[in-house]
Amino acid sequence: MHELSICQSLIKQVETIAQERKAQCVTLIVVGMGSLSGVDAQLLQNAYVIASAGTVAEKAELIIEHLPIRVKCNQCGSESDALPNKLVCKQCGDWQTTLLSGNELMLMSVELEKSQESAVVH
Amino acid sequence: MCDTCGCNITHGNESLIRPDGKLAKTESGKEAVTVLHSLLQENDHVAQHNRDHFDQHQVLAINLMSSPGAGKTALLEATIQQLDDNIKVAVIEGDLETENDAERIRKLGVKAIQITTGSACHLDAHMIHQALHHLDLSAFDIVFIENVGNLVCPASFDLGQHHNVVLLSVPEGDDKPAKYPVMFRAADLVLISKSDLLPVLYDFKVDTAKKYLRDIASNSSVIEISSKDKSGMPSWLDWINQQIEKRKAYLKTFRQVGSPNLMHGHHHIYNKTSVK
Ligand SMILES: Nc1nc2c(ncn2[C@@H]2O[C@H](COP(=O)(O)OP(=O)(O)OP(=O)(O)O)[C@@H](O)[C@H]2O)c(=O)[nH]1
Ligand SMILES: [Mg+2]
Ligand SMILES: [Zn+2]
Ligand SMILES: [Zn+2]
Repeated sequence: MHELSICQSLIKQVETIAQERKAQCVTLIVVGMGSLSGVDAQLLQNAYVIASAGTVAEKAELIIEHLPIRVKCNQCGSESDALPNKLVCKQCGDWQTTLLSGNELMLMSVELEKSQESAVVH
Repeated sequence: MCDTCGCNITHGNESLIRPDGKLAKTESGKEAVTVLHSLLQENDHVAQHNRDHFDQHQVLAINLMSSPGAGKTALLEATIQQLDDNIKVAVIEGDLETENDAERIRKLGVKAIQITTGSACHLDAHMIHQALHHLDLSAFDIVFIENVGNLVCPASFDLGQHHNVVLLSVPEGDDKPAKYPVMFRAADLVLISKSDLLPVLYDFKVDTAKKYLRDIASNSSVIEISSKDKSGMPSWLDWINQQIEKRKAYLKTFRQVGSPNLMHGHHHIYNKTSVK
């Protein structure tokens, strides 16, 4: 299950941000992923519970936003939605397409809780 | 993919990803931070570093992936026996539980580094970097990495290889590209392995496997190959030789243009004492 190691790098990135911004804790983490990222959203949620324990993100809610698969046809140029194992052009049926989105796996944003003083300084 | 910061934003997905202000409004004492970094950026960074090491020594790195038992080690054995003698080979073995595969390679007089740390489902760039510290790259032309037998996890981790080769063995069935699109999309070359079994396992249609590959928009070449009866070996060896030549030619023009990137400044003292 590679979701655990991916979750550990997620926590590392979040910890760095929290430290840089002198946050007390992290309240929300938003991850964006497409189904061609090779990562399973449910497994990532499960792994998150383990990976976040004892960290600044322990109480944070993890929101996973699903990003759609979109392809652009190399032949006719039209863009269409696609399925993970059916990435052909919907317009002309050609198989030579370029993936526009759907393989992302990224930390989109975090919400931090700050103590009153550091909030003022900021 | 943006190389410098590891972010995932491309022209294609920008409109889908840019934050819609969902977090813009926060309660007092809270701060929302937009990040947009790949979760794999650390791995990808080390992978690029590994690639720089390979390139410094003009070594071609090939990552072999497949389900368990599809014939990766058998292919390596057959390849080592048939490759031109002046092509020096080393193998990094990702069999995390035993030394069996590394022993099989060493029996042929070829250097094999066994990776023994890490989780049992995939290799990552850090593990390869560790392994590189046990390998004097100047002595080799090609490094094969045998990944952990698994069609899911290894697909997400760049190791610093130049090419991914995915084996699909005949007994597994011809629909595997449809079931594991992420893995097969990563393939630069698909080997239909154990092709000697095609006459017996006549359900497997090579054309069907190819059709599924087109469905996932893969333009990977496909070679039918058998480590048993050695059919397909010449095409595979040709492919390897071509990639070695292409890489060398690429690095030559690259160096003439004067890329500062190839030398990243740290020298690996490869540790002679701990080499197995
Ligand atoms: N018929 C036939 N059998 C093969 C061929 N290549 C490998 N095998 C058999 O398949 C089994 C597994 O081969 P390995 O080379 O160990 O497979 P692997 O992919 O390295 O396996 P893991 O490292 O455990 O994932 C062995 O029993 C081999 O003899 C082939 O070309 N034809
Ligand atoms: Mg093996
Ligand atoms: Zn089209
Ligand atoms: Zn290094």
